[in-house]
Amino acid sequence: MLVFLLNRLWQSVILLLIVSIIGFTILNLMPGGPLAQFALDPGMTQADMDRLAEQMGLNRPLPVQYFDWLMRMLQGDWGTSFRDGVPVLDVIGRHLFATLLLMGSSTVIAIAIGTWIGIRGATHRYSMFDYSATVGAMVALSIPTFWFGLVGIYVFSLRLGWVPAGNMYTIGDGSVLNYLHHLILPSIVLSLVNVAVWSRYMRSATLDVINQDFVKTARAKGLTERRVLMKHVVGNALLPMITLAGMQLPSILGGALVTETVFTWPGMGRLFLDSLGYSDYPVVMGILMFSAFLTVLGNLIADVVIAMVDPRIRLG
Amino acid sequence: MSTIPLSEPRSRWWHSRAVRRFARHRLALIGVVMITALTLACVAGPWLLPYDQLYIDLRARFAPPMTGQHYLGTDPLGRDIAARLLMAGRTSLLVGVCAMVLSTLLGAFVGVVAGYRGGWVGASLMRMVDAFLAFPSIFLVLALAALLKPSPTMITIIIALTSWMEVARIVEAEVRSLREREFVQAGRMLGLSRSHIMFREILPNAMGPIIVAATLTVARAILLEAYVSFLGYGIQPPLPSWGNMLNGAQQYLASAPWLAIVPGITITMAVTSFNFIGDGLRDALDVRSGPG
Repeated sequence: MLVFLLNRLWQSVILLLIVSIIGFTILNLMPGGPLAQFALDPGMTQADMDRLAEQMGLNRPLPVQYFDWLMRMLQGDWGTSFRDGVPVLDVIGRHLFATLLLMGSSTVIAIAIGTWIGIRGATHRYSMFDYSATVGAMVALSIPTFWFGLVGIYVFSLRLGWVPAGNMYTIGDGSVLNYLHHLILPSIVLSLVNVAVWSRYMRSATLDVINQDFVKTARAKGLTERRVLMKHVVGNALLPMITLAGMQLPSILGGALVTETVFTWPGMGRLFLDSLGYSDYPVVMGILMFSAFLTVLGNLIADVVIAMVDPRIRLG
Repeated sequence: MSTIPLSEPRSRWWHSRAVRRFARHRLALIGVVMITALTLACVAGPWLLPYDQLYIDLRARFAPPMTGQHYLGTDPLGRDIAARLLMAGRTSLLVGVCAMVLSTLLGAFVGVVAGYRGGWVGASLMRMVDAFLAFPSIFLVLALAALLKPSPTMITIIIALTSWMEVARIVEAEVRSLREREFVQAGRMLGLSRSHIMFREILPNAMGPIIVAATLTVARAILLEAYVSFLGYGIQPPLPSWGNMLNGAQQYLASAPWLAIVPGITITMAVTSFNFIGDGLRDALDVRSGPG
């Protein structure tokens, strides 16, 4: 187990290094490089710019700059926002809760509904339900998230008035119920794609398990069908889903960005777009790197959890 | 697994098993019909409609669908939505298909090299694939589109740069499993060059999975273009695209919902068609299925 852990950890470190190289390349792609904010000031002469570049070490070879940048990132210095001079990590931290809340609740919805559809599709294979679930999942994967959000707002807040059309809470009302009321529609919108993905995987994972010997044994022992399903089939079918949950992280984050924009949800995605609008590159870069780190970390955790639950992987 | 067609007797391609299976796949046929109709409409439609997509009629702003000859209504400037929708379709479909071609070429190249060379080269290439997959693609596309001045060509390249990884993974796995087969060893014994073996001998055997992945990549690319254009960093007006037609739709949602509904349904139709076709191809070409 220890060897597996160390091995996996080592792979993640390598991956993070490559991620950081990609990030650094993008950083240097931007017009004006890290000096972009100063170039906006009409009082700056070329001589001033050169002096600044020298002060900030931008005239050094790129590999040296990269290592310097990497070291500072590791020490928690991700630069400061052009917009309000606050350290990037603090800005991200301020918006993290809203995003995690949205992602968390939509993941819960997706897992609950997706698991149910997947299992029912597998146990009632080629039934009307299974067929509609298959087609439905493909259509759901084709609907642009933001458009689904717009339709949701139009129907459920503008026409029916059941839920608010945006924001995370009503100003002056910080109650949990108020948060939940605002949370319902965006989390359902965000979960659509994941319900589709999750139910497809759950269906094939259940089909993989459902005819194996241990399930037949459980049936032969005279357990009720329900008990066989819940205890023996679902438990084993859910295992590979842990890996899937890790793999889905980037797409959920991307979906969150779009959902937050439509619902004026004060999370990281909105922050990203606002920062793009203000050319606030340190924050843009910070969020880009942060989301990649989050994904690598998520995959690592998923692998470790699955190795703890499933002894076959540890040995293999 | 795809077969090696060398020893099979030559027969017409439309008699092949794959074509017959595809023709039996109802969803795939629906997809083909939908996307053909949509493409024809986008190519020929703008000439048949009474209005030009750029003609501004301020007296007919916010006309709901089916007023006069504005079959799908007008936008906030009084431009005909049907005309804009079809012109936008040309842009969006073209961006989607071109991005697919670019990303498939790139992904197949990386996949073949990584799978055939293996070892140090293969491992580092595949770590690169993993690293790109760690970024949410929308974030990456937005950041690049904001940094590099967006033109339709640039958007296509950016989308391709963020969607080649899937193909690379599929091809790498496929090539790795074929690398030690007899026909490859025979090729080596004959003294064929490495690139000849990689691209002329092995790659054709991975065509099935590549075609399936490429079809699904078109769907993905159309969606990505819609996302970035909706957010204002993709195709720039006045050139219409399905994404940027939705750009201002949210503020008029209560008074003019058709502004949002019409392009949204069109995007969904186009993307669904490609997903259906991809599913049909997966069955027809006997590609081991991933999800579902």
